[in-house]
Amino acid sequence: MIVRLMGEGQFQASDDLLARLNGLDERAQAAADAGNEPELDRLLDEMWQLVQTEGERLSDDDLSASDVVIPPSDLTLEETKRLFSDEGLIPDPPA
Amino acid sequence: MAGLMSRTSNVVKAWISKLLDRAEDPSVTLDYSYEKQLEMLQDVKRGVADVVTAKKRLELQTQKLEQEVPKLDDQARKALAAGREDLARAALERKTVAQQQLQGLDQQIAGLEAQQEKLLANEKRLSAKVEAFRSQKEVIKAQYSAAEAQVKISEAATGIGEEMADTGLAIQRAQDKTEQMQARAAAVDELVETGALEDFTSGETSLDRELAQISAQSQVDDELARLKGELAAGGAQKELEEKP
Repeated sequence: MIVRLMGEGQFQASDDLLARLNGLDERAQAAADAGNEPELDRLLDEMWQLVQTEGERLSDDDLSASDVVIPPSDLTLEETKRLFSDEGLIPDPPA
Repeated sequence: MAGLMSRTSNVVKAWISKLLDRAEDPSVTLDYSYEKQLEMLQDVKRGVADVVTAKKRLELQTQKLEQEVPKLDDQARKALAAGREDLARAALERKTVAQQQLQGLDQQIAGLEAQQEKLLANEKRLSAKVEAFRSQKEVIKAQYSAAEAQVKISEAATGIGEEMADTGLAIQRAQDKTEQMQARAAAVDELVETGALEDFTSGETSLDRELAQISAQSQVDDELARLKGELAAGGAQKELEEKP
C-alpha cells in the first residue's frame, strides 16, 4: 500500500503499519470531532512519525497514486474543518 | 464514520476529477494535464517568491527595531544623568516594547521560513513528477494501442494529479500564513499612526526632543556661567585699572 503524507511525499507501507495507522486515524477523527486540537495534533504527529520511520519512501519521480492520504501534521482544527467543507481548503485546479 | 485519512483521500480524488473533467476529449488528457502541471509549477514558484517578499519586509522591521534598542538605552542614560527619571522610565518602557516586538518578529520570520522550505520541497517533488510524466506521455503515445493507452493515461494523470492537489494545498496554506503576518504588520502600523504606540522607527520621537531640550538648556546654563565669569573678571580688571 502507498501512503501519502501531504506536503512530504509518498511511502510504501506494510499491512501492519496500515492497521496501526487506521487505529490512530479513528482517534484523530474523534479528536477533531470533539474540537480537541492538542490531541488531534499529537495523533497526526504520531501517524506521520510512524510512516516516516517504518514506511519506505518512494522516489520523487514515481507516478503511482496513493491508497491512503494523511493530511499535514500541523493542520489546525480550523483548517481541518475547511479541508472537508464544501468550500474546501485546496484551491480549484488551474482552469 | 469516515476517518481523517479517507476523507482527505476523497477530497484529493474530487480535486483530480475536477482537473481531468476539464479535458473532455480523452485523447488530449495527456497534453492538457501536462500543461496544467507546468502552470502549477509556476504557481508554486510564485508562492515561494511571495513568502520571500513577506519575510524580507519583516526582516527589515527587525533591523530597524534592533537599531532602536541601544538608542533607547542611551536616551535613558542621558535622561537619568540630567535628573529626569520620568524620561528615563519612558525610554526604558519603549525599549521593552521594542524587544517584545522583536521577539514576535523572530517567530513570524521563522514561521515564514518554514513555509518557504515546505513550498520548495513541494516544488522539487512536483518538478520530478512532471519530468517523469513528460517522458511517459511520449512512451504512451508511441507504444500503446488506444485501449491500453486509456488505462495508462488515467494512471499517470491520477498519480501526478495527487501531487498537484498536494502542492495546491501547500500554496494555499503558505498564502494564508503570509496574509496573517501582513494583517498583523498592518495592525501595528495603525497603532503607530493613531499614536497609541510611539513609532520609534521613524525619525525623531518626543523623547528625542525633550532630551535635546535638556541638552540645550544645560548648554545655555554653561554659556551663562561662562559669560558671568567673564563679566566678573572684566569688572575686577576695570576696578584695578581705575585704582591708581
